[in-house]
Amino acid sequence: MKKRKFGLALSLVLAAGTILGACGNDNDSETSGGGSKKDNFTVGMVTDIGGVDDKSFNQSAWEGLQEFGKENGLEKGKDGYNYVQSKSDADYTTNLNTLVRNKFDLIYGIGYLLAEPMGKVADQRKDSNFAIVDAVVEKPNVASITFTEQQGSFLVGVIAAKTTKSNKIGFIGGVDGSLINKFEVGFIAGVKSVNPKADVKVQYAGSFGAADKGQAIASSMYSSGIDIIYHASGGTGNGVFAAAKELKKKDPADNIWVIGVDRDQFEEGNVKAGDKEYNVTLTSMVKRVDIAVKDLASKTKNGDFPGGKVIEYGLDQNAVAIADHKENVSDDALKAVEEWTGKIKSGEIKVPSTRDELKTMKF
Amino acid sequence: MSRKLLNISIPVISVLLGLLAGAVIMLVSGYDPIQGYSAMLSGIFGDEYYLGETVRQITPYILAGLAVAFAFRTGLFNIGVEGQLIVGWIAAVWVGTEFDFPKVIHLPLAVLAGAAAGAFWAFIPGLLKAKYRVHEVIVTIMLNYTALHVTNYLIVNVLSDKQDKTENIAETASLRSVLFENLTDLSRMHWGIIIALICAIFMWFILEKTTTGFELKAVGFNQHASEYAGMSVKRNIILSMVISGAFAGLAGAMEGLGTFGYAAIKGGFTGVGFDGIAVALLGGNAAIGVVLAAALFGGLKNGALNMPLEAGVPNEIVDIVIALIIFFVASSYFIRWIISRLSKKGAK
Repeated sequence: MKKRKFGLALSLVLAAGTILGACGNDNDSETSGGGSKKDNFTVGMVTDIGGVDDKSFNQSAWEGLQEFGKENGLEKGKDGYNYVQSKSDADYTTNLNTLVRNKFDLIYGIGYLLAEPMGKVADQRKDSNFAIVDAVVEKPNVASITFTEQQGSFLVGVIAAKTTKSNKIGFIGGVDGSLINKFEVGFIAGVKSVNPKADVKVQYAGSFGAADKGQAIASSMYSSGIDIIYHASGGTGNGVFAAAKELKKKDPADNIWVIGVDRDQFEEGNVKAGDKEYNVTLTSMVKRVDIAVKDLASKTKNGDFPGGKVIEYGLDQNAVAIADHKENVSDDALKAVEEWTGKIKSGEIKVPSTRDELKTMKF
Repeated sequence: MSRKLLNISIPVISVLLGLLAGAVIMLVSGYDPIQGYSAMLSGIFGDEYYLGETVRQITPYILAGLAVAFAFRTGLFNIGVEGQLIVGWIAAVWVGTEFDFPKVIHLPLAVLAGAAAGAFWAFIPGLLKAKYRVHEVIVTIMLNYTALHVTNYLIVNVLSDKQDKTENIAETASLRSVLFENLTDLSRMHWGIIIALICAIFMWFILEKTTTGFELKAVGFNQHASEYAGMSVKRNIILSMVISGAFAGLAGAMEGLGTFGYAAIKGGFTGVGFDGIAVALLGGNAAIGVVLAAALFGGLKNGALNMPLEAGVPNEIVDIVIALIIFFVASSYFIRWIISRLSKKGAK
C-alpha cells in the first residue's frame, strides 16, 4: 500500500513539474525560437493531411514553390523554401506557428481546412504574412487565393456532354461543402448547356482520402450505365481510376472514362489490356495552384504583399483549364470548349458557383 | 530482480530499443539520427510554445489511454474509444454553442455532456455484451463508424446551417486559459490537462480503493467465480463500459472545448482513440503508467512535426519509431525472458 501512495505522490510531482516547467521557461523566450538571421526571402507552406505527394493540389502548390525557389536561387530548407506536412487537424496550428517561429517571410496554408487555424494564428502573429489557398480569411496579414473552379468544371462538363453515349454522367465529390459544390454545379451547368438530355448523378464520398470508397462508388456508377465520371475528390479519386481501369482491363471495348481534377491526371489513366495500352482519362480539370502560389510569392518578394485581399485566379490567368493531354478528346468537343471559353471570358454567360445559382439557370 | 522493478523496466527498455531501432533506420536511410532526435527534442521542450503544445497533445492521450486501460482492467476490450471520443466532442460543443450560462455552470455542463455522450455510446456495447453476450470488440468497432458518420451528419444539418463546421463555442464554455497561453507564448495548452490528471487519480482510486472497483476487477478475472460470490456480472460489465466511455467522451470534450473550440466534419478518424490502445498497453493499464505513456506519445507526436523542418527527416520515420516501440512493448515477454536469463547468469 505504501508503494502505491508513493506512485500517487510521484504522479503529482510529475504533474506539478509539467505545469511549473511551463512557467520556468518564460524568461529565455526569444533565444531559442529565432535562430540565425537571414537575408534571403523565405517562404514556407503547410499542407493539409494529404501531404506533398497527394498527386493533387498540395503537390501542385509544392511544385509552384519549388519553381519559385529555383528562379530566385533559393535552396530548400529553413533559409529558402520548405514545407511542413500535417497529419491531423490538430497539427495545422502547430505547423503554422512552427513556420512563424522560424521567421518565414511568407507562409502558405494549402487547403480550406487551414482557414480557421490560420485566422487565429494571423491574429496572434501580426508581424507575419500569410496566404491561404482555396478559402477566404479576412485578416489584414492574410492574402486569400481562390480559383474559379466552376469555370474549369464547366469546360470539362462540355467535353463530357459531347463524349457521352449513354447520356448518363457521374460526379464524385470529396467532402460535401461549398468548395466542392463549385465543381459540381459548374460541371452540371457545362453538361446541360451542351446536352440538356444528359443526366448527371452526384455522389459524395465524405472524404478526400478514401480511395476504397471512391472505387466502390465508381463501380456502382459504371454498372448503372454511366460512362463518364468527373471526380473532385483528391486522393479518393485514385479509387475512381482504379475502378475504371479494372473495367477497361476486362473489356477494352467498354466506353468508359474518368475526368481528372486539379492536375493533369493522364498518367493515372494508363491501363494495359492484353498487349494493348489504353487510357481511361478523358481529360482533367487542371487547377494551377502552382501558378497562383508562384505568382503570389513573387509579388510578396517584390514588396507587394496583397494582405487582406482576395485574389481570384481563373480562366483569364490560365489558372483553370483543361489538361494539355488531349488525345482522348474529339475535335468536335475541343471546338465546343473553345467556343464556351470565349463566352465565359467575354461575360456572355456566368457560370454558377452554388446550387442555388444553378437552379436559376434554364436549360 | 523484483517483479515491481521488472514491470517498470520493461516499458523503459522497450522505448529505448524503439529509439535505437529508429536511429538505425535513420542512419540506413541517410539521415543523421543525432540531428533528428535533437530536432525532435526541441520540438517537444525547445521553447515554451512547443512545451505548451506538447501538453495540449498529451491531454486527450491521457484520457483515451485511461478509457482503454479501465475497460482492460475489468476484462473488456474497448476498441470504441475513437467513436466515444467523437460523440463526446460533438456533445460538448453542442452544449458550448447552444446555451448561455455563466462560466461556473456552462463549462462543467459542457464537460459533463461530453462525458455523458461518451458513456452512452459505450453503454450500447456494454448492454449488448451483458444481455446477449455479443462481443464488445465487434460492436465497438462498428459504433466507431456509426459515430463518425452520425456526427458528420449532425454537424452539417443540425448544428450548423449546411456548413462543414459548427460555430465557435461560447467563451463561458471554453477550457482556454489566458494564463497558460501567456506562459507558453500563445500555444493552445488549456485547463484540460488538470481534468485529465484528476481522471487518472479517479481511476486509480476507484479501482484500488473501492468495493465497486474490486467487483469490476473480479468480474474481469473470472465471471463465474464473481457470480458465485454474489456479484452482478451484468451490472459490472455495463458499469465498466460506461466509465470507460465517459473517459473517452472527456477526451473528445478536451478537443472540442480546449484545442479547437468547434467541431468540424471529419473525413476519417482522429486516431487519438486508437493511439489510446497503445498508450494503455505501454502504461501497463495503470493510471500512473497511462499518464507517463501519454506524455511519451504526445511528446513523440509533437516533436515529430519539427523533424522535417529542422533536420530534414521525414515524419514517417517517427511513425516507424512509435510503431517499433509498441512492437517491443508487445513482445515484452521476450524482453522479460532476456532479463531473467541475464539475472540468472549474474546470480551464478
